[in-house]
Amino acid sequence: MPIQCSSCAKKRAVLRRPKTGYSLCKSCFFWAFEEEIHQTIVSAQLFNRGETVGIGASGGKDSTVLAHVLKVLNERYDYGLKLLLLSVDEGITGYRDDSLETVKRNQQQYDLPLTIVSYEELYGWTMDAIVKQVGLKNNCTFCGVFRRQALDRGAMMLNVDKICTGHNADDVAETVLMNVLRGDIARLHRCTAISTTSDGEGAIPRCKPLKYAYEKEIVLYAYFKKLDYFSTECVYSPNAYRGHARTFLKDLEAVRPSAIMDIIHSGENLSVKEGVKMPVQGTCSRCGYISSQALCKSCVLLEGLNRGLPKLGIGKHHRLHDKILTQQALTQQEEKKLKAMDF
Amino acid sequence: MAAPIAIHLEFGGGAELLFDGVKEHHVTLPSQSEPWDVKQLLVWIRENLLKERPELFVQGDSVRPGILVLINDADWELMGELEYQLQDQDNIVFISTLHGG
Repeated sequence: MPIQCSSCAKKRAVLRRPKTGYSLCKSCFFWAFEEEIHQTIVSAQLFNRGETVGIGASGGKDSTVLAHVLKVLNERYDYGLKLLLLSVDEGITGYRDDSLETVKRNQQQYDLPLTIVSYEELYGWTMDAIVKQVGLKNNCTFCGVFRRQALDRGAMMLNVDKICTGHNADDVAETVLMNVLRGDIARLHRCTAISTTSDGEGAIPRCKPLKYAYEKEIVLYAYFKKLDYFSTECVYSPNAYRGHARTFLKDLEAVRPSAIMDIIHSGENLSVKEGVKMPVQGTCSRCGYISSQALCKSCVLLEGLNRGLPKLGIGKHHRLHDKILTQQALTQQEEKKLKAMDF
Repeated sequence: MAAPIAIHLEFGGGAELLFDGVKEHHVTLPSQSEPWDVKQLLVWIRENLLKERPELFVQGDSVRPGILVLINDADWELMGELEYQLQDQDNIVFISTLHGG
């Protein structure tokens, strides 16, 4: 017996919404999904008329849905935004090369300009080359740090006012859990923010318009709209710790779908008690990027790669940063510690 | 005896990787004394179609959380989930949400 849409009561429902428990037909679902993102954008004042907004596009489900919905809303509500797609080519054969093909098709489908920046042109290293040197244990650290900065650098080249990314509610909840599990109070404190402010020099404000959109709805939106997206696991991603957090979250969601919103709610309302040491955001003395240390993570990782000391940016080696900055030689013992990699 | 039924299965969102990358499968479920339901279908898929890492597709009696199931293009949560009784020519879609964004 088909269930009727609880909104229009005319058509057959196609999904049960995890957030509300309502059963909606296809067109009521599309409308509700898009309207909620519009509400998120309006109430958090994510954009201003006339701004150029770069959409971080990976070709995956989230950024594909984000690009599609932003284009729809920009026209429906006349936001007056200039939208463009910005992709990062990490240089991962058999993964990113394929997903970038999807982004190139999205460029045609959505009629949005596309720019691709690559690790190779920005850092002189592809992820394939990095993995050859560092192995498969800490490679995700390199990739994550480089990607964040690459997106900023690409956005600066294009004179973009804001960057938006496809992080969804499940991602945010997962990040809250991860930061609890790592004891990373500074990140726990800021990871639920819907946008970053532009007070740091050299950093372009970022926002997450899909912050309250469930992954289930994003995937079903893409499915029912027949959006073209790419879904393959990165060939280098073991990241077991995050995997556990994700599995845990999905198990919780299966029992109680509101768990995801509840975790976000908890994260948003946490306050850090006085006296907890928080890193002070400054700028990197080498490249000018935001950093809480003398050298930003990206510069330290790159220095490590270029000197054949890949462990330099992994773990705590802050004391060595001054030596690097002033180009002092490292002792043999220091070198040895930074060379040893577990494969 | 219920007669054999022909159904159409589709795997997407990365779930197809567990089935040799093949997204669409037309299969015939053999005749059995009771009508086929989704719970039995999952056992059948595991025994007959899954190529690798079954734990990434099934968990206990059900699909692994994070895999969406559509029965004739409707969320299986509206259709009775595991208890839904399959009909000839049904279309069942499994979409993984667990792959990169």
